[in-house]
Amino acid sequence: MSLWGAFRMIRSTGRIAEPAPPAPEIMDGRPVELSGTVQIRHVDAGSCNGCEIEIGQAFGPVYDLERYGARLVASPRHADVVLVTGVVTHNMVEPLRRTIDATPRPRLVIALGDCARNRGMFADAYGVVGSVSDVVHVDLEIPGCPPEPEAIVRAIRSVTGT
Amino acid sequence: MSATAASLAFIQIVVMVLLTPLLIGLIRQVRSLLEGRAGAGVLQPWRDIRKLFGKEPLRAPGMSWVQAVGPVVLATSSLLLCALIPLVGTVAFPLIPDDLFVVVGVLLVGTVALALVGLDTGTAFGGMGSSRHMMIAALVEPTVLVAIYALSVPIGSSALSQIVNSKIESPVTVASPVSLLVLVALSIAVIAETSRMPVDNPATHLELTMVHEAMVLESSGRDLAWLELGSWLRLGALLGLIGSLAIPWGLAVEIAPIPLLVGSIMLTIKLTVLGCILAIVEVFLAKLRLFRVPELLAGSFVLALLAVTASYLTVPA
Amino acid sequence: MIASGFLAQVALMVIAIVIASVTRARYRALVCGVAVALIGVAGVVTGALALGGHQGTATVPVALPMGALTLEATPLGGLFTLVVGAVGAITAIYAIGYVHGPSASRTSWIALAVFLTSMQLVPATADVVSFLLAWELMAIASTVLVLTEHAERSNVRTAAVWYAAMTQVSFSLLLIGFAILSAQVGSTQFGDFSSTQWNPVAASVAFVTLVLGFATKAGIVPMHVWLPRAHPEAPSHVSALMSAAMVKMGVYGALLVTTRFLVDGIVWWSLLVLALGMVSAIYGILQASVASDIKILLAYSTTENIGLMFLAIGSASLLRAYGIPGTAQVAIAACLLLVVAHAAFKTTLFLGAGSILRATGLRDLDRLGGLGSRMPVTSLTFGIGALGAAALPFTVGFVAEWVLLQALIHGAGSNNRILAIVMPVTVGAVALTAGLALMTFVKAYGIAFLARPRSDAATGAKETPVSMRIAMGASAALVIALGLVPGLAARAAATAGGLSDVGSVGLLGIDLPGIGALLDPAWLGILSGILAIAVIGVSIRAMRKRPRRSVDLAWVGGGVRVSPRMQYTATSYAEPLSRIFDDSLRPQRDVIVTHSSEARYLVERIQYRQRVSDVFEGRIYQPVIAVTERLSAAARNLQNGKIHFYLAYSFIALLIILVVVTQ
Repeated sequence: MSLWGAFRMIRSTGRIAEPAPPAPEIMDGRPVELSGTVQIRHVDAGSCNGCEIEIGQAFGPVYDLERYGARLVASPRHADVVLVTGVVTHNMVEPLRRTIDATPRPRLVIALGDCARNRGMFADAYGVVGSVSDVVHVDLEIPGCPPEPEAIVRAIRSVTGT
Repeated sequence: MSATAASLAFIQIVVMVLLTPLLIGLIRQVRSLLEGRAGAGVLQPWRDIRKLFGKEPLRAPGMSWVQAVGPVVLATSSLLLCALIPLVGTVAFPLIPDDLFVVVGVLLVGTVALALVGLDTGTAFGGMGSSRHMMIAALVEPTVLVAIYALSVPIGSSALSQIVNSKIESPVTVASPVSLLVLVALSIAVIAETSRMPVDNPATHLELTMVHEAMVLESSGRDLAWLELGSWLRLGALLGLIGSLAIPWGLAVEIAPIPLLVGSIMLTIKLTVLGCILAIVEVFLAKLRLFRVPELLAGSFVLALLAVTASYLTVPA
Repeated sequence: MIASGFLAQVALMVIAIVIASVTRARYRALVCGVAVALIGVAGVVTGALALGGHQGTATVPVALPMGALTLEATPLGGLFTLVVGAVGAITAIYAIGYVHGPSASRTSWIALAVFLTSMQLVPATADVVSFLLAWELMAIASTVLVLTEHAERSNVRTAAVWYAAMTQVSFSLLLIGFAILSAQVGSTQFGDFSSTQWNPVAASVAFVTLVLGFATKAGIVPMHVWLPRAHPEAPSHVSALMSAAMVKMGVYGALLVTTRFLVDGIVWWSLLVLALGMVSAIYGILQASVASDIKILLAYSTTENIGLMFLAIGSASLLRAYGIPGTAQVAIAACLLLVVAHAAFKTTLFLGAGSILRATGLRDLDRLGGLGSRMPVTSLTFGIGALGAAALPFTVGFVAEWVLLQALIHGAGSNNRILAIVMPVTVGAVALTAGLALMTFVKAYGIAFLARPRSDAATGAKETPVSMRIAMGASAALVIALGLVPGLAARAAATAGGLSDVGSVGLLGIDLPGIGALLDPAWLGILSGILAIAVIGVSIRAMRKRPRRSVDLAWVGGGVRVSPRMQYTATSYAEPLSRIFDDSLRPQRDVIVTHSSEARYLVERIQYRQRVSDVFEGRIYQPVIAVTERLSAAARNLQNGKIHFYLAYSFIALLIILVVVTQ
């Protein structure tokens, strides 16, 4: 695409982001440091990638989770929130624990999706150790299979308080 | 050390520390708007930094004091840059030249601190970022030195404040071919040195394409806060330098409330404009392959060399 | 007073030789170390007196047709004697703890004493004969020292052959050059050389031979080939002495030629020196940046620094030729400051490399790492030396480079086309050199001292004995002290270079008059100290709230595979550079992929090897050596051991002589 074409596309598209819904209630016991800014490290502990698609949507231009001060980061050292999706499989138990240990305090662990909350549809699968709360302490859960982007946005906003 | 220069340096530091996170916020906000997003607002970097100071830093086995000291050195060198470069006014310390070589030296101290932080992590990514960062820094240095050399030829001094002063006095030189060549060369050098597009993608999550981000992957808490703030201050100070060279009017030539206020407002306007330009350019650019970067830098070096030769040809005998 | 200084140096040398011969092995290192250090101290005192304006000559009458040997104090020579003496004293103290095996032998100590004394006397000689005598003594003693560990590694012998050959090439070139000059003047006294109208052709030949001769000693490209061989193979205190002091004799010689003998030179002479310097600086640092043997890295970095000195000398002559004498003088001062700076930081670095070698037995950076916590003193001093070599602020290296760049950019004054092209290119070359030096020394320090050890030898490293730490600490302190208060060093350089008006300002900063540039690093240090205190204050407040927490693993994506082998090595660190400068470095890379026996899509192991050889050695020296060997082989056919052939040779020779004589 030519530069001019890109420019025209930007002009004709305009703003994609939907107007912000009213702010949800602030989560109980969230660290005050995280008000208005939360960096998220995402861990896929054994997900079917449905939740990943929804996370991608939540951070996409339509829902624009970044406008509330949330950002996905590349290293847990930079993160405040470990966002876990999927049932915890055997191979991911230790990496999940290590990722959480690698995150500086104050930090939160959020279990996203039904699999992460209560094993969901993979409850009896052979490689599964358990839900996220069976392995590590979980601060917040986002229900849904997969949760809608609105739910993800609402949950993160309850942490940032914006 | 004269009190006036010290007070100007103090004002510059305060103004820059307040402004640069907003500048970064502005760049991100403009990008967001162009991408059809709502954006987090210009205050977001300030919120991030405040939070990082409230978080604990971590230390993994094998890491040394460099993890803690490197960020402090980077931040100090960036603050020193803000004190030395004429941003709000052109009153220099009598004994500390705001000399080009001193400024570049101070800049490189920060570069080295950051590179050592990357190497100290002992992970593959840290070393990779550090190696790339130093390679780019090594290739940027000729451009920066030769570019400012071109500006120093007509006035016979390499002190930045004198260069800016001479531009204020003779506005014709601002639009001369020498100045334009120098500005283009310097802009490329600044973009490379501060890890912006198309040399490095500051928003990347992909480790293999990282330069700056790869070095700070292991840092957390206040270490990360200093690294981020220090890098932002470098970007702000260098953009401010470009602003002062491109539009020298409005800089305070004496220390009095009104000129300082005018200087600060001019600085804010210049940084805003430059930040918007940077953001817009970044939206339209893709990141270059790492081994294409030297070609870009060689191009900027040639521009700088042309500028020197041109300045010799135009200097009155 | 000066004369007794010279006498003291020689007398101390004799004492040191006697002591080295008679003491038993147990006490030899301590006693001889102190004795050699005293020679250095005598050199420092003599040099300082000469710099301070004391006059004096010492004449040694000998029964040679050329007349007496003369030693004379000059400010220029004094500076060099002082630098050599200081380096000598520091390395001698270091040697007390360092020497072991062959380097602790009588021969080695005697050679060290002779080497140091002859180096201190070279800059004091005032006639051709005594100069060449001292020069050759220095060459022989250093060859003996390079050979020290010949029984342990065969590389040492090759290195010594290269060194001996090149050092004799240097001597022969000097002999030719001096012979031409002496024949023109009819005297061998240096004093008579300076006031002569030279025949341009003879002067040009003499200039080229002398400059090449000195350049060979100085390790200038393309005569540098001995340097990356001899420095790594010599014991580390000898490497330090050779790199920080001996190669400076080449710089001294070049200064002698360009500022005393052939002063009002032809323009292309200056361009020759400038080009030699520029090529050496860039090529040297390029090779250093991709080297992974720490001593080879330091050796190539020496080539770079000497290149900068030659570059300064060349631009000084060029500026003088185009009528900008003031700036030319500043360039000479820059050259001398570079001499001082390089002596300080290169001593520190080579001594540090020696400590690493002693503690781990390794020179290969790719197998080092994590020494910072194991050898804190070495880490600190090497770090300071590396900062100096990278010319970062608050070190003497920065001061020297600052003066050099000031001299170069103020060469603008006149509207001269040659200057308009040469000066920007020179500044660009210096800047590129500085940038690459930065990368080189970040690599050297970061890979060796930071992160985790890459081999068992590095894991078990222990800090070195006290005498070595004292020596390293002293030279590192010089790097910082001369960098923070450079006023004294600048004045010394100015005096030696014949400038009267370079002064000091503020807290002993540098004032370069004529070009209106000031630098006071101490104030800059105070300013950055204030800012650092503010930054640290914020950090401490944050620390009270949230202390640092130790975790078990570095972050590598949740895995546990944090083997030290996954770290970047020196080779991988420089890999991008070696790709960019592929054309000038010509690295050879071998990638050997071993497939699994069960499926060829599975890879069992990948071996990667990279060698960067010296382009000049391959392109210039190997062909010459090959031709020489072929000629020697042909000559061998003449010597076949049969008597009637020899009789025939005599007969033919007799016939030729008869024909020639009777014509």
